[in-house]
Amino acid sequence: MVLSAPPRSTSPRSTSVRRLTKSTAPKPRRRIRSASRMDAFAPYMYIAPFFALFAVFGLFPTVFTFYVALFDWNPIGGQTFIGFENFVTLYGDERFWNAMRNTFSIWILSTVPQLLLALFLAQLLNNARLKFANLFRMTMLVPYITSVVATTIVFASLFGRDYGLINSFLNLFGIESIDFAANTFASHIMVSTMVLWRWFGYNTLIYLAALQAIPKDVYEAAAIDGAGGFKQFIFVTIPSLRPVIIFTVIVSTIGGLQIFTEPLLLSSPGLTGGAGRQFQTLSLFMYEQGFGDFKFGYGSAIGVTLFALIVVFSVINYLLSRRITSDE
Amino acid sequence: MTTHSSNAAPVIRPTGRPLKRAFVGRVRWWTYAFLIASVFMSAFPLYWMFVVSTNDSAAVSQMPPTVLPGGNFFALAEQVFTTVPFVQSLVNSFVVAGSIALAQMVLCTLAGFAFAKLQFRGRDPLFIVVLITMMVPTQLAVIPLYMIMSNLDWIDSLQALIVPGMASAFGIFWMRQHLASVLNNELMQAARIDGCSTWQIYWRIAFPLVRSAAFVLGLLAFVTAWNDFLWPLIVIQSPENYTVQLAIKALQRQYFVDYGLAMSGSFLATIPLLILFIFVGRKMVAGVMDGAFKG
Repeated sequence: MVLSAPPRSTSPRSTSVRRLTKSTAPKPRRRIRSASRMDAFAPYMYIAPFFALFAVFGLFPTVFTFYVALFDWNPIGGQTFIGFENFVTLYGDERFWNAMRNTFSIWILSTVPQLLLALFLAQLLNNARLKFANLFRMTMLVPYITSVVATTIVFASLFGRDYGLINSFLNLFGIESIDFAANTFASHIMVSTMVLWRWFGYNTLIYLAALQAIPKDVYEAAAIDGAGGFKQFIFVTIPSLRPVIIFTVIVSTIGGLQIFTEPLLLSSPGLTGGAGRQFQTLSLFMYEQGFGDFKFGYGSAIGVTLFALIVVFSVINYLLSRRITSDE
Repeated sequence: MTTHSSNAAPVIRPTGRPLKRAFVGRVRWWTYAFLIASVFMSAFPLYWMFVVSTNDSAAVSQMPPTVLPGGNFFALAEQVFTTVPFVQSLVNSFVVAGSIALAQMVLCTLAGFAFAKLQFRGRDPLFIVVLITMMVPTQLAVIPLYMIMSNLDWIDSLQALIVPGMASAFGIFWMRQHLASVLNNELMQAARIDGCSTWQIYWRIAFPLVRSAAFVLGLLAFVTAWNDFLWPLIVIQSPENYTVQLAIKALQRQYFVDYGLAMSGSFLATIPLLILFIFVGRKMVAGVMDGAFKG
């Protein structure tokens, strides 16, 4: 597309003169009138595409999930209204609680180290005298552009039981090979590592931007008051980062509770997240029920539950982060 | 998209905007040690992907495995192209990600402009609605979304991947913040007095001012769409409509024990983004850092 320069008044005429010229010239006046009539609707037309798309492909499916969850709904066989039976069955389903435990374990194992690492690296990067700063920043963002599918395949190879690089490394120190996919906790570490790898650089850059926004005189004032580097970090840096920490924690929570691709590819060709469902997450459980067994109603009940969990955790996160940082 | 080096419109930058104050201090050796370790951590998995996709399976499954590239790259790549319709999947991914990126650049800038600079009834409540929709995890509604696509007869078609991603709440928020800070009201009033319609103000003044931010938004949308997996997995069925991610999955499914083929496919699918990243990586870094704190 070609963007031409905006009209600029090149003539020295004053505004009133120009207005006078326009009111006598018929052609521009017509254009202005129709333009102003259009202008009343223009803002609504400009925002309409988003609201239309969101209504059809975002809001409606979300609301409809709650509706489908009340049915025994098979895409081929038809649907029967069964009230809250799906939820009753779900909360008595051991596979659901198993997926819940796995999801939380993977979420904590990936989010906490990731954000701490990001905070640490951002602190290191936040120095005007640092050399190669752009190189460091750019390589950190490379995992972010790598797809989850590619990430999972590489890490599955690195964590491989027989020929994996990580086990070869452990063997050097006389540690026996670990079957990462078979063991519950080890498989969670494997999945969490993939999540951590993809997102630590992104979060580092977000923290770095926030660190750069802290005025230098705040640190100077703290230094005059006798605060050393560590004290400055605790009493100046952390409180200043409060909004961005809340932001990253909420985003990581929303993402972490929806982890899906890694466990799916690791359990390929099945959908169970390992033979003993040791790393099946809630999202994968939903996919297994919805598109593996074609229980749309039951799958939607899982979706509704996850939705509620995400809302509750976002609110708790927000309140907790606010509380913690305002105590400082 | 054509980029112009000259700034098309006269801009009066808002005064009193705080300058970025970089922290200045002594850089210790261990700072570099940790940062180099983080570079290694970021780059090694990609390097390993390259190593495995250039060796035969015997070399990477010996003890200890090789950590150097071999000469088997073209043999494996050829196998990738013959096992799945890989070229077609690359084209599909380009079509899907490219359409989404372009649509988001136009639609989000348009809506962002309306929210930042136009007066209309219900503007603020509507913007709050946009912000709330950012928090809605729509991934959980895939079952009804599949039903909608089924009713539209869009199952197994690329538009099922494109249309839902054409506008994003984040994009609107992002463009609104940029437009609010660079487009000042005097300039808009001057344009109005000169007889510009709202559309002309948008197209000739507002868009050129924020095209760099719109480009970053397009990049992020492209990367997200290129890497999307769950939704294509659900809605696409036939191999000729595969996106790149589905093609890799098909490789992995057929040769689960032998990683070479899936790794080769992963590497080939990551190359386009890596090349893109070499040219625009700096811009993306700036975009990510900017996105955090434009509040």
